[in-house]
Amino acid sequence: MSDEQLVLREITGALEELGKRTVPITLETSLLHDLSLDSVTALDFIMQLETRLDTIIPMDGMAEIETIGDLVGVLTRSTSKAA
Amino acid sequence: MLARFRALRSDLATVTAAGRDPFGVAFDAILSATEAILDGKRVLLLGTNNYLGLTFDQDCIDSAVAATMAQGTGTTGSRIANGTYGGHAALEQRLARFLGRRHAMVFTTGYQANLGTLSALAGRGDHLLLDADSHASIYDGAKLGNAQVTRFRHNDPDDLRRRLRLLADQPGEKLIVLEGIYSMLGDTAPLREMVEVKREAGAWLLVDEAHSLGVLGAHGRGLAEAEGVEADIDFVVGTFSKSLGAIGGFCAFDLDDFGALRVAARAYMFTASLPPSIVASVSQAIEAMEAQPQLRNILRRNGQRLHAGLAAAGFALGAMPSPIVSLPMPDRETAIRFWNQLLDAGVYTNLALGPATPGGKPLLRMSVSAALTPDQIDTAIAAFTQTGQRLGLIAAGMAAAE
Ligand SMILES: Cc1ncc(COP(=O)(O)O)c(C=O)c1O
Repeated sequence: MSDEQLVLREITGALEELGKRTVPITLETSLLHDLSLDSVTALDFIMQLETRLDTIIPMDGMAEIETIGDLVGVLTRSTSKAA
Repeated sequence: MLARFRALRSDLATVTAAGRDPFGVAFDAILSATEAILDGKRVLLLGTNNYLGLTFDQDCIDSAVAATMAQGTGTTGSRIANGTYGGHAALEQRLARFLGRRHAMVFTTGYQANLGTLSALAGRGDHLLLDADSHASIYDGAKLGNAQVTRFRHNDPDDLRRRLRLLADQPGEKLIVLEGIYSMLGDTAPLREMVEVKREAGAWLLVDEAHSLGVLGAHGRGLAEAEGVEADIDFVVGTFSKSLGAIGGFCAFDLDDFGALRVAARAYMFTASLPPSIVASVSQAIEAMEAQPQLRNILRRNGQRLHAGLAAAGFALGAMPSPIVSLPMPDRETAIRFWNQLLDAGVYTNLALGPATPGGKPLLRMSVSAALTPDQIDTAIAAFTQTGQRLGLIAAGMAAAE
């Protein structure tokens, strides 16, 4: 499985755990507009992902994350660095 | 530019629709550390953070008045530009002595103490590790600086350990930031376990004792004293706006080469220093805190009384008994209605809504003071019980059955 597929699977899993997998997840899905994650749920979601993938998403990078694709980009970079 | 405020404004409109504006309460008069007049009616203050009740301490008032007479009303500038007044340096030394530290640096507020300290201590290439439930001033201090910022799960030493492990091969210093008592729920940090993690990782540790100074520890030095781990805390941050009854903030430490903080911390350099009156009342409040350890016992008993009374009435409470007692509310609307009805009954509390609260959940937050009498606390419990029953949050009759 590619890094990207693995990361996508964990993203879907984390959203499911939060009860936020309300629409089909694609790379274009917007965290704010399609999934309506408010700042508190977004933080929960990010922390879940960090645990699942055993990685860290620095806070200064978060502002740029708008879509699932952005998140996958950040995560594939950070997991390959941590590994 | 104003479009950004539209959502906030409509949010606020919903909040105020149920009655008063909880974030714009204007008292007609403050009568004491525990009572005020609101809309012509006497209200009991149950959300002041005035833990030791020192705002009306006669000695503190007298020294503030004397300092104003002798030195005027303000410093009209920062200490870097306008110079240090005798009282500033003496207060820093007194505070350092109280905390058992070599140095202390005084800021104009606790907010600025975090802003200045965090942004200056951790620079580019360093790492800040913040508890997810950190106070806004900690988040803002982190944002102002150039360090990489990582949040760990609230009060979770294992999550912190995991993150430090992931950062282990990255260069730069690691600074962990915790609070003694977390302001929303009144829960304390598991400090001994956190210290272990800090030691393993060779990180630095800063504890913000804003709500625990004067409250915890045999001498009131905070959670670190209570847990016996002061030697492992590198930086203590705190405020004069709670137990010391005035305004101002500080950072205390033992390292000699951090004098440069004064010219590195922008929130210290580019804002006016505390006026003589405040410096004098805070200095006097430290004396009072030291001379009257019984205030801490009364405070503890008051917290326990409120906690026990509300629990007996059937309320499910947030954390262990502490001077902060928080009542989780099922939803925003109930929280707002509860807050309004309590105020109608003459009890003022803090309405806390997301995202400022843990998990974004609405809370009614109370903080007790040593100045509250048992009768006042019982009056508050009765008002809570009646309101809770009226809103269907607790079953009627439970309190009567106690
Ligand atoms: C944990 C914490 N740190 C800092 C502050 C800020 O203190 P001040 O009111 O002195 O700016 C507060 C109080 O609001 C707080 O709760």
